[in-house]
Amino acid sequence: MTIYLDHAATAPINGAAIEALNAQMRKVGNASSLHNPGRSIRKDVEDARHALSELVGAAPSEIIFTGSGTEANNLAIKGFFWQSPERNVIVTSAFEHHAILDPIEWLVEHESAEQILIPITRAGLIDLDFLKAVVASRAAEIAVISIMHSNNELGAIQPIAEVVNIAREIPVHTDAVQSFGKVEFNFDSLGVTAATISAHKVGGPLGVAALILKRGLDLTPILHGGGQEREIRSGTLNAPAIVAFTAAAQDAIANREENFRKVRHLRDYFISRLQVILPDVRINSISDPALPGILNATFPGTESDALLLLLDTEGISASAGSACSAGVPRPSHVLMALGLSESDADASLRLSIGTTNTEKEIDQVLAILPSVVERARNAFVVSELI
Amino acid sequence: MKLIAAMSGGVDSAVAAARAVEAGHEVIGVHLALSSNPQKYRSGARGCCTIEDSHDARRAADVIGIPFYIWDMAEEFHENVVENFLSEYAGGRTPNPCLRCNEKIKFAAVLDRARGLGYDGVVTGHYAQMFETELGRTMHRAVDPAKDQSYVLAVLNTEQLAGAHFPLGDTVKDEVRIEAKRRGLYVANKPDSHDICFVPSGDNAGWLRERLGSDVGPILDQDGNKLGEHKGAYTYTVGQRRGLGISVPTAGGEARYVLKIEPKSNTVVVGNHESLAVIKIVGDRPIWCGPAPVSGSKYPGLAQIRAHGSPLACTYSHDGIEISVELDEPLYGLATGQGLVIYDGNRVVGSATVSHTE
Repeated sequence: MTIYLDHAATAPINGAAIEALNAQMRKVGNASSLHNPGRSIRKDVEDARHALSELVGAAPSEIIFTGSGTEANNLAIKGFFWQSPERNVIVTSAFEHHAILDPIEWLVEHESAEQILIPITRAGLIDLDFLKAVVASRAAEIAVISIMHSNNELGAIQPIAEVVNIAREIPVHTDAVQSFGKVEFNFDSLGVTAATISAHKVGGPLGVAALILKRGLDLTPILHGGGQEREIRSGTLNAPAIVAFTAAAQDAIANREENFRKVRHLRDYFISRLQVILPDVRINSISDPALPGILNATFPGTESDALLLLLDTEGISASAGSACSAGVPRPSHVLMALGLSESDADASLRLSIGTTNTEKEIDQVLAILPSVVERARNAFVVSELI
Repeated sequence: MKLIAAMSGGVDSAVAAARAVEAGHEVIGVHLALSSNPQKYRSGARGCCTIEDSHDARRAADVIGIPFYIWDMAEEFHENVVENFLSEYAGGRTPNPCLRCNEKIKFAAVLDRARGLGYDGVVTGHYAQMFETELGRTMHRAVDPAKDQSYVLAVLNTEQLAGAHFPLGDTVKDEVRIEAKRRGLYVANKPDSHDICFVPSGDNAGWLRERLGSDVGPILDQDGNKLGEHKGAYTYTVGQRRGLGISVPTAGGEARYVLKIEPKSNTVVVGNHESLAVIKIVGDRPIWCGPAPVSGSKYPGLAQIRAHGSPLACTYSHDGIEISVELDEPLYGLATGQGLVIYDGNRVVGSATVSHTE
């Protein structure tokens, strides 16, 4: 039995994407070559770019394909920072993904950048008053404000339109990796300067993502070479992945509302049953406005690595926090930003539901959970006695 | 059975895990993160505390086809093993941290956690054998004398040994390497680890000096005459002959050896070889690896005082608090703090920590 409840980490690739990937991989040609096969690949890439741009509410030229969401986020953070040497402040939230926090930390260490972290309210939202105060006092120094569109562990959708209003002339980047294809996301109407989306979170292949960047803007590149993407990103265009990305995105957007209802129903069903079976469980994830499938809960008296191990041996895939380079689990910085203690954060799990999950699967997980939690508590009690 | 395989990233624990799977057990691999600041790569022939080792362990688990997790035991390891190692040296004793790690981490913290999670025991790549005998489940030396690790496992009590599984005890190391290769385990040719894993440089004396200080102090003879100065008492070992730097020769021209380290007065006492002779050993904290011998009775047996030392014929007895050993022949050079392990033939009877000698 395998029950996959880690869709926020990566989602299963969908059929349309596999077909597009397969078909494109049989074609030879570098999209930058001038000969006939090259032109043919270029047409496929530009068709895909065009279709994708319509799905995200951007112009085709605003799509810069990258090799990953991490790369797109690095490009946004470092690119905006280096683009305006007179501004050295980067504003972000305390619960961003490491692909935002770590490049900023690197700039702080190596390039004398200053980081300002916007705190998180108990409702799982960035503190807009804090942001207002920061902008009011430091506007001329801020190179970029980067706030995620929705949080990957809590699901909470952030008030990005208000961030844009507060920011006025300051560039705003949003990491929309979790939102795109799942909830309403439109680059143009949101008014942000740049946004990151990634294929493998919406049923596309691994190894392709995009930074959407307003026309006419330049960013200092982090990869130098052929200058394929607006002279901002170099590297041979990964045509099969790009074409498959668009195919997956088309499928996700076409079925978005139906998928949303289905996944959200599963999540709400899961939470309501969970609270009956294990009354002391505390739900950390936000129900609305939020991603439909994120369930984050604290299981008091446990450690998440024990829970994950036991669930895994029962065939259930979940996740918790992150691991350091040695693979040692660390309490989630997102939950700590939300105000949880280190021990509560360490006793929490994220279950991310996707369109392929069923109510029957949720029932199976609910049937196993009490014994898993009990065993994790036993292990925790003994480890505390040592 | 449901077993946790402790996988260091070395060849032995990988083959042990594979054998446990083949024996029909439900096995999951666990790598213990023992350092809160692991180095990226191994330096020299170490094996257990680097990111490279944890990757090797993961790769082995994947090849064997078992789930794999990393357990953070850095805090427990630091408190129970590293700090104990330092405080023992600071007290003038010579501890063996591997014994301590087996007693407090691998077959305590890990075994307890395994049991809490619903697992029956822990599999390791240690070279020792467990047999069901008329005395119950007992531990015996491995068939490979060069690799036998029963000495460092003699700190496990019967309850811990009930959950301990050593699938390699019946095999010689060369065959384990061949088997690893046959099983497609990439660690087949990885060098053995020898040094103390938390002393990356292998320079124990330097490591101790850094942490315990290197105050210069007197080197005295047994009559209290000052013969020279030492560079930090912690870095000397009882029985040590080289590196004393004494310029005053003895009357008879014979070599001098470290007899005693006195941390409080920061003094190292030296004397001739004869003065090192020990005929009686007393150890405290007795641990029995099988049924406890009758208190007050004397038994013939073998005593071992180093991981790869020779077994020495002896008579032993205990009173519940201490084990007393009378050696048939004198032994030269034994420090307090060392592990005293008693054997009956190849069977491990128990162990104690050397508290004084005569």
